[in-house]
Amino acid sequence: MPESIIQIKNVNKWFGDFQVLKDINLDVKPKEKIVVCGPSGSGKSTLIRCINRLEEHQKGSIVVDGTELSEDTKNIEAIRAEVGMVFQQFNLFPHLSILDNCTLAPIWVKKMPKQKAEELAMKQLNQVQIGDQAQKFPGQLSGGQQQRCAIARALCMEPKIMLFDEPTSALDPEMIKEVLDAMVNLAKAGMTMIVVTHEMGFAKEVADEVIFMDEGMIVEKAETKDFFANPKSDRTKLFLSQIL
Amino acid sequence: MININFLNPSKNNLRLNLIIGLSLVFLSLFDVFLYSFFDINIVSFLPYFISFSLPLILGMFGLSIIRISYSGIKKLDSLNKNINTNNFNAALTLLIIFSIIKILPPVMSWMIFDANISGDTKDACTGSGACWTYIKIWFKRFMYGMYPNEHIWRVNLAFIFLVVLAFVGFITPQKYKKYLSLYYIIIYPIIAYILIYYLISGGSLGLEWVETGAWGGLSLTFIVSFFSLIFCFPLGMALALGRRTDLPIIKYVSVGFIEFWRGVPLITVLFMSSVMFPMFLPQDFFMDKLVRVIIAISLFEAAYVAEVIRGGLQALPRGQYDASKSLGMGYWKMHIFVILPQALKLVIPGIANTFLALVKDTPLIFVVGLLEIIGMLQMAKTNPKWLGFAMEGYVFSAIVFFIICYAMSKYSYNLELKYKTDR
Repeated sequence: MPESIIQIKNVNKWFGDFQVLKDINLDVKPKEKIVVCGPSGSGKSTLIRCINRLEEHQKGSIVVDGTELSEDTKNIEAIRAEVGMVFQQFNLFPHLSILDNCTLAPIWVKKMPKQKAEELAMKQLNQVQIGDQAQKFPGQLSGGQQQRCAIARALCMEPKIMLFDEPTSALDPEMIKEVLDAMVNLAKAGMTMIVVTHEMGFAKEVADEVIFMDEGMIVEKAETKDFFANPKSDRTKLFLSQIL
Repeated sequence: MININFLNPSKNNLRLNLIIGLSLVFLSLFDVFLYSFFDINIVSFLPYFISFSLPLILGMFGLSIIRISYSGIKKLDSLNKNINTNNFNAALTLLIIFSIIKILPPVMSWMIFDANISGDTKDACTGSGACWTYIKIWFKRFMYGMYPNEHIWRVNLAFIFLVVLAFVGFITPQKYKKYLSLYYIIIYPIIAYILIYYLISGGSLGLEWVETGAWGGLSLTFIVSFFSLIFCFPLGMALALGRRTDLPIIKYVSVGFIEFWRGVPLITVLFMSSVMFPMFLPQDFFMDKLVRVIIAISLFEAAYVAEVIRGGLQALPRGQYDASKSLGMGYWKMHIFVILPQALKLVIPGIANTFLALVKDTPLIFVVGLLEIIGMLQMAKTNPKWLGFAMEGYVFSAIVFFIICYAMSKYSYNLELKYKTDR
């Protein structure tokens, strides 16, 4: 049995007086795909933002690839370089071309030579099928293309883990598929993934485990088949009946 | 059978409507023109009130006749769409044109037709218009202040060098383009300083020393503005970032600095820099008045620049920070490559605003005895031999400042277009 790549132990987090995460425990093994779902405000985005410390947790411990997240900035930057993240709003850099979006971090963070970084970027862009858009600016692309570029940008750092924070929620229905396809391909290539999404079709297709969160707690955590076939808690059943 | 409905112009009688309408408009303009330029009133036989408002009535009637939508004539359509949409707009347009026609003759005759430029003394100015002789005689002073005449070539040479070196960016080969910002931010100011120190100030290399008190006129405006702009920008940027950090000491120092300099008037700052500041310095420490003034203006304007830049930083969505952090970028990389380029682009108009204000604030350095172009003007207008020409002087300096500021504003607009990559 392989060692866990992410270990989350008793993590608690408050925004002011409001507790967003309550005693979260989660282990993720390499190459495992986990889908996190739940109603809005349930803390699922906050949870994955804690994994690369875009949010700080106040209690408990998070260990990513053997390094514990702490105040140490050097540690955090090293972990962030290994953990890719894709956001709901794409968050591409609008002042840079698609290619420069992808090469910026490899060149300046990983000190990769420019030529090598560009080759890698083109490879990743071709993988998500927007290689022909490399010289354009983000504002000239459709939402689906932008999100695929964001995936390519994260992959250019050659991360060990990919986090997806509702990657398709801001997209038109017809663009969702192209983004999901890119994610499915990535999953098949063996990436460790944690995906916050409401796309249950995607969850059924790729996820090893599905986690259901509500009010800052993990209500249910089960293998994908079990999760959909016979959910245990009533809250999960209610959620599934509404979403499916 | 021609049947024209004047109240409801339509496409059917397009040609006739156009001819009548346009001739009415031209007639109204012609009437104003004759009255304004030659003092002839062709309709003086009419009662005063009617003859007074006749051009407006004719013009509005003419414009209303040609107000035909989708006429198929491009110029007419654009005219109707832009200035002739309804009677109110038509009246405004006409009144503005009338005002211009009315104002033009007196201005032209004062500035050109009745003006004098010949001769060397006040007596040469015999006409009723402007006396440009005054500007001509004092021109060197307005440009170079009290800088000795026989050394003026040094100022010219220094400025020629500076202008030429400023254009280096346009001729550098692609290969060296990436060093350009380094050149403009660090090397160019150093060269500028060296040029000004050795060439204009002198005192070594066989050049006679000219004290800064003698510098003046437009060249001093340029020197003060140039160095203040160069220093205040990076300082303002640092302050803006400082005000937004989580490090308490840096944050409160920045806030204190910004609020202090924004709270005091520039004229006070300049006065203090020259009168109070030396008292705090050690006895044998000497800092030139001009240097003190440039430092004072830079610190003062940096506070404004900082707030403008902070506005840009706040306008950026949080996602930009998240994305750069998630890629492993630290504070400086994130700001240099992602945040500042976008924030600065957003605040180009605000920065241009601040810089224009800075250039136009430079005349205030008269309080410490430095006389740039306006200062020289004040001096020249009180010269007993040349009393009574303040107007010419102010018009002249207004034109000079307008040219400088308009060029700057054009340049900032070009920058905006150049960096417009999104949307």
